[in-house]
Amino acid sequence: MKDLDAIPGDTKITARNVDVYYGNNHAIKDVTVDIGDKAVTAFIGPSGCGKSTFLRCINRMNDTIDICKITGEIKVEGSDIYDPDVDPVQLRARVGMVFQKPNPFPKSIYDNIAYGPRIHGLASTKAELDEIVEYALSRAALWDEVKDRLTAPGTGLSGGQQQRLCIARAIATAPEVLLMDEPCSALDPIATAKVEELIDELRENYAIVIVTHSMQQAARISQRTAFFHLGNLVEQGKTDDVFMSPQDERTQNYITGRIG
Amino acid sequence: MVDMTALTALHASSAATARAKSRRRSEVRLKMYSILAIGLAALALVTLLSSVFMKAGGALTEHYVALPVDFASDKVNQDDPSDGNYGGLMKDTLKEAFPYAKGRKIRRQLYGLISSGASFELNDYAVDNPAVIGKTADFTFLLSDDADLYFKGFFGELEERAINGALTITGEVSEVGETVEITSTAEDFAGDLEILKARLLVEAKRVREDAARQENGRAVFAERAAAEADDKTREDMLASSEGYATQRDALIAKANNLELRGARPGGEEALSSETISLFIQANGGWIKATKLSPSKITGEVLVPLTSAEASDSRLLVMPTSEDSRKVTDNQVVWLEKLRNRDAVTSVFNWRFFSSGDSREAELAGVWGAMVGTFWTMIVTFFLAFPIGVMAAIYLEEFAPKNRFTNFVEANINNLAAVPSIVFGLLGLTIFVTGLEMEIWGTAFTIGGFAPRSAPIAGGMVLALMTLPTVIIASRAAIRAVPPSIRDAALGVGASKQQATFHHVLPLAMPGILTGSIIGMAQALGETAPLIMIGMVAFIVDIPQGVTDSASVLPVQIFRWSDFPERAFEAKTALTICVLLGFLLLMNVIAIILRKRFERRW
Repeated sequence: MKDLDAIPGDTKITARNVDVYYGNNHAIKDVTVDIGDKAVTAFIGPSGCGKSTFLRCINRMNDTIDICKITGEIKVEGSDIYDPDVDPVQLRARVGMVFQKPNPFPKSIYDNIAYGPRIHGLASTKAELDEIVEYALSRAALWDEVKDRLTAPGTGLSGGQQQRLCIARAIATAPEVLLMDEPCSALDPIATAKVEELIDELRENYAIVIVTHSMQQAARISQRTAFFHLGNLVEQGKTDDVFMSPQDERTQNYITGRIG
Repeated sequence: MVDMTALTALHASSAATARAKSRRRSEVRLKMYSILAIGLAALALVTLLSSVFMKAGGALTEHYVALPVDFASDKVNQDDPSDGNYGGLMKDTLKEAFPYAKGRKIRRQLYGLISSGASFELNDYAVDNPAVIGKTADFTFLLSDDADLYFKGFFGELEERAINGALTITGEVSEVGETVEITSTAEDFAGDLEILKARLLVEAKRVREDAARQENGRAVFAERAAAEADDKTREDMLASSEGYATQRDALIAKANNLELRGARPGGEEALSSETISLFIQANGGWIKATKLSPSKITGEVLVPLTSAEASDSRLLVMPTSEDSRKVTDNQVVWLEKLRNRDAVTSVFNWRFFSSGDSREAELAGVWGAMVGTFWTMIVTFFLAFPIGVMAAIYLEEFAPKNRFTNFVEANINNLAAVPSIVFGLLGLTIFVTGLEMEIWGTAFTIGGFAPRSAPIAGGMVLALMTLPTVIIASRAAIRAVPPSIRDAALGVGASKQQATFHHVLPLAMPGILTGSIIGMAQALGETAPLIMIGMVAFIVDIPQGVTDSASVLPVQIFRWSDFPERAFEAKTALTICVLLGFLLLMNVIAIILRKRFERRW
């Protein structure tokens, strides 16, 4: 599945000297990273290393936590997302997110997908909305399974289908970046395989950042990998390089299973 | 170092088995206590409900009597039925039905049989049916509360005694008030004479107790007089003491007399309004006994007999004394005559559910209080629900966590514990009267916009009282919505407000509604604050809006329970049933709404 020749295209996101504090806890320490467009970047590292925290900085989901303080600079397409003029709500429409546990709205499948386009005014007619819903579900490889029961509740789907529904919901707002926070950790291997396949397909349109605990998964689907440890970004580079010839001893220990 | 292997062996020891046994025993005991507690609670509930329901049953029916009314009477304007003295016509009708009832006192008793409200109904009937004018037609009159209670058996039932001997009636039987004598060849009246004597003994006991109280008074004053220094005061006290002694002696003499009469065999005894009443019914007439001996009755004619022929006569006894019931012997006789004529009907008491309050028990209904309750609840709901839900949303979703919000939170919880009468006082000062203040020489009034006794004032007070409940329930419901739903909404680019109103609130709605309705149910039963703002007034009219004077169900219950008329007892119980019905209805609505809005996630 992995494309060995895939070289990250243009840089989509640049982070410079990012520090994150939860109250007195220094969660992210001076992280500088580039994330390429039309490629999958994997964040790996042991639990509590700050990879999810950093991911949530990219669409300012950490804003909802009162005690969280962020310094440094994160740019998407060259514009600083922590600029006071930037509306985090608009940012999140451009930077979609898929969470660890599938969390469809307790509404119909159709409404789950249509909610984003509706609030952002992406469709002016019902037909356009229908088109968006069909596109999003097709991209998430779910259309064939649910096209006959779009009015059924989204919560009635299986776990894997629910996660793909969440991916479709993120796609439907026409984002540029997709952030995925351990999207397969609550899924069985078959559903995981489907979602991985899907991520690989989506790569051609979006910049995808995925946080994962599974090093095999990172190796299978990502072109670039960043290894976090205790809030530090220890090593980043092409996935092959990181896994085959890690420069740092901590990376070496982690990927060989000695720490984690 | 602990030897764990040795400790493991302890699990199989006899001590362990004993522990297990005692644990099981204590579990069984706990279960028994729990069942006992539930049983006691259920028993209390059943007792409460059954006592209320049994009392309420008496108010479910009302009695009417059909009498021929002469609409040709000059009391009615023959050209315009709406113009007439229908009260007078009603009295004429009664006089016509009982021509032998003469004298002001007796007449007043006669008019007391029928509700004073019946004359208005007679008026309405004549206006609605102009065809009856100039003719005689039957009209069903509503009986007065006491007559109604008599037919419901509240004052005891007439008991018929067997007559074994042959009766002879002597005297002028065709004239009311004449004294007649009835003799029996057998000792037919001996049984009732015994009952009468037993009553005398009971009465004697009561008189003796009274005498003991007088003696007590005498002793107290004698003691005080002995300790008194001032001559003038001492003399007054001695005089009081003497007075008590005289009364005591009189009572003791009376008791002695009663005991003597009660104890002696046979003889003749006088009946009084404090003892039983005994009637002889014969030839369409009634005689009330005044003196009783085993085979002879001396009596007074209440209803004239057509002849002195004594065959076919009945001996009827009313075990309750005339003083202890609200219907006189005369009224008993008239009511029995009406019953014998088949003129009395009992119907379901729709009036109770369709009319407002009244001083006359038979006319009083709860519709006014029900409508008042409805308006009050409307005001309460439309104030408490939006304000409460908005406050809960702000505190849960938007408020920063700081000292100020902590302070607000603590005070909302405190507010829930404030006694309701305090809210009533607040409502009275702020909403109804208005708080007059003067700051820097400028006098102004805060509030004072709501009319007294109106649902708007009551509703606002109850809303204040319900607010903490609504806020606390809503906050709990909002907090119970999983955070993943908020993340999902924010993740697709919804603003915080959109996430709250599109996703969190609909999910929290069942909980919010349940909490609000429970808060409303609490407010529904609230009495004290409404009394404070004057909703306890006597209001006959059905309120047409939130600014009309009104009463509410719990206040109606409170007022009626205080009325002396026996009939209000059953009405109070039935109003309690109506209130319980309302509560039940609200809880059912809460359950339905919860089921309806409930969604899994």
